[in-house]
Amino acid sequence: MTELLDPTSERAPLARPRIARPQSLGGRTVALLDIAKQRGDVFLGRIAELLESRGVRVKRYRKQRFSIVAPPELLRQIRAECDLAVEALAD
Amino acid sequence: MKRFPDGLIAVVKRDCPTCAAIEPALAQLAARGAPFTVYSQDDPAFPAGVRGVADDRSLEVSYRLGVQIVPTLVRMKDGKEEGRAIGWNRAEWEALSGMRGLGPGLPENRPGCGSRTEEPGMRHRLAARFGGVPIQSRKIEIPDEADAIELCYDRGWSDGLPLVPPTLERVLAMLEATTRAPDEVLGIMPPDRVECSVEKVAVNAVMAGCKPEYFPVVLAAVEAALVPEFGLHGVLCTTNAIAPVVMVNGPVAKRIGMNAKGNVFGQGNRANATIGRALQLVVRNVGGGRPGEMDRACFGTPGKYSFCFAEDEDDGVWESYAVEKGFARGASTVTLFTGDGVAPIIDQVARSPEELVRSYAPCLRAIYHEGQVADVAAFLAIGPEHARVFYQAGWTKRRIKDELAPLLQVPVGSLKRGFGIDDDVARLKAERPDASVPKFKTGSLNIIRAGGSAGLFSAIISGLGSITINPVTKEVRP
Repeated sequence: MTELLDPTSERAPLARPRIARPQSLGGRTVALLDIAKQRGDVFLGRIAELLESRGVRVKRYRKQRFSIVAPPELLRQIRAECDLAVEALAD
Repeated sequence: MKRFPDGLIAVVKRDCPTCAAIEPALAQLAARGAPFTVYSQDDPAFPAGVRGVADDRSLEVSYRLGVQIVPTLVRMKDGKEEGRAIGWNRAEWEALSGMRGLGPGLPENRPGCGSRTEEPGMRHRLAARFGGVPIQSRKIEIPDEADAIELCYDRGWSDGLPLVPPTLERVLAMLEATTRAPDEVLGIMPPDRVECSVEKVAVNAVMAGCKPEYFPVVLAAVEAALVPEFGLHGVLCTTNAIAPVVMVNGPVAKRIGMNAKGNVFGQGNRANATIGRALQLVVRNVGGGRPGEMDRACFGTPGKYSFCFAEDEDDGVWESYAVEKGFARGASTVTLFTGDGVAPIIDQVARSPEELVRSYAPCLRAIYHEGQVADVAAFLAIGPEHARVFYQAGWTKRRIKDELAPLLQVPVGSLKRGFGIDDDVARLKAERPDASVPKFKTGSLNIIRAGGSAGLFSAIISGLGSITINPVTKEVRP
């Protein structure tokens, strides 16, 4: 019998249930997160237009740079202020 | 095992001439009736003059007693050691045993031989078997008939090439090459944002094929990767082709046999090949940065298997990269930067420094796109035959950069949009259409020496340099 040592972080992936999709956007606030990727703002601008035309509240957020993960404070802020989020990746 | 027997314990081996010579003294001690146990490391029939010799061919007792030389005589009471004599010394043996007239005819003193516990590689095998070692990684048992290398593939640990199976003995040997504790956390490894311990780096360094003496360099490389300024998260998940490039400066490079000369960026040197590979395996296995998952590279680069070399500091004319960055001469460092490949510059005609920089400039300006100035970085590796031209003219690295600067300007009219600088480009094109801007931001073009002694070449390692991705240098610690 040979024993090998596990080279991984040994994290057990945590399966989280998805939050139930809302039946409607009425009365909800949608976060639009621009990750600072080229033309992501154009895409989000159009999404904002479409949502606002349906009377949905929209709040815009921006990450400083696409190559870093979103700071925890930003994620907390989005969660506190919004019900849903749209993140744009574009080029 | 249960605790050691009280009384005297002697550890011997037949293969040791001193042990053989003192056989009469051992027989005297055995004959007097006081508690006395002889452990033989190689032959339980030795010494023949003692009845009931204990078999320690497994070396468990020798290892637990910390025997390094045979013969060793130890006096135990209530499981605790009261005294020890190493080799043969009549006075010491008599004092320890309380028996006078031991070994008549023997010299007063005779050194012993190496214990079998000191045979090459034995210490780690014994530590793995008997040591109670502070290893936290999960142990995966595989049957003897299984192919350990295939199992490593099956588990998804490999970069595509065979791995050295990370057995406990090999990992212990790796850990012994550093003074740092196995559970020391080097930092948080992206993209999974998990703690990266010295032990996990050791397991991956074993798999990469590192010798233990490379381990402090691997640790410094991982430390550099975890400094936020390096931007490992971006480096490993980008659609770009970049890999982390490991450059070693200082005496450690020669000490561990790294290559800074012919075929410097190529194959054939174990240290170069495995140190870079170890870093990438840590990213893969600890951080979870795997191609097709978080690694979204469009092309990638063969450098993602391993991209590691030493700067050639032999000429003593130019300061090394590490000294330029403020590290002491004589310090050993690891610098991590991003690179996507090696683009050679061939000029076999130039015999003046001015001609050479004029040859370098268009090659450097072409990186990524002639109009691309955002986030461009490069390490320019000057080969020895080109370097000689600069030395003869008395040019320093600084002078070359200064002379290159005016040749590395990009006309505003040809600037390429992208990389988040569209607004800047639009403004420049409107306000200063006839101006030009530098190809490289300050500090993002570096010069190093490397390569073989024949060939009028230099080479560009291009890569990214941005507000979130920068070279990082760490000192190699013991």
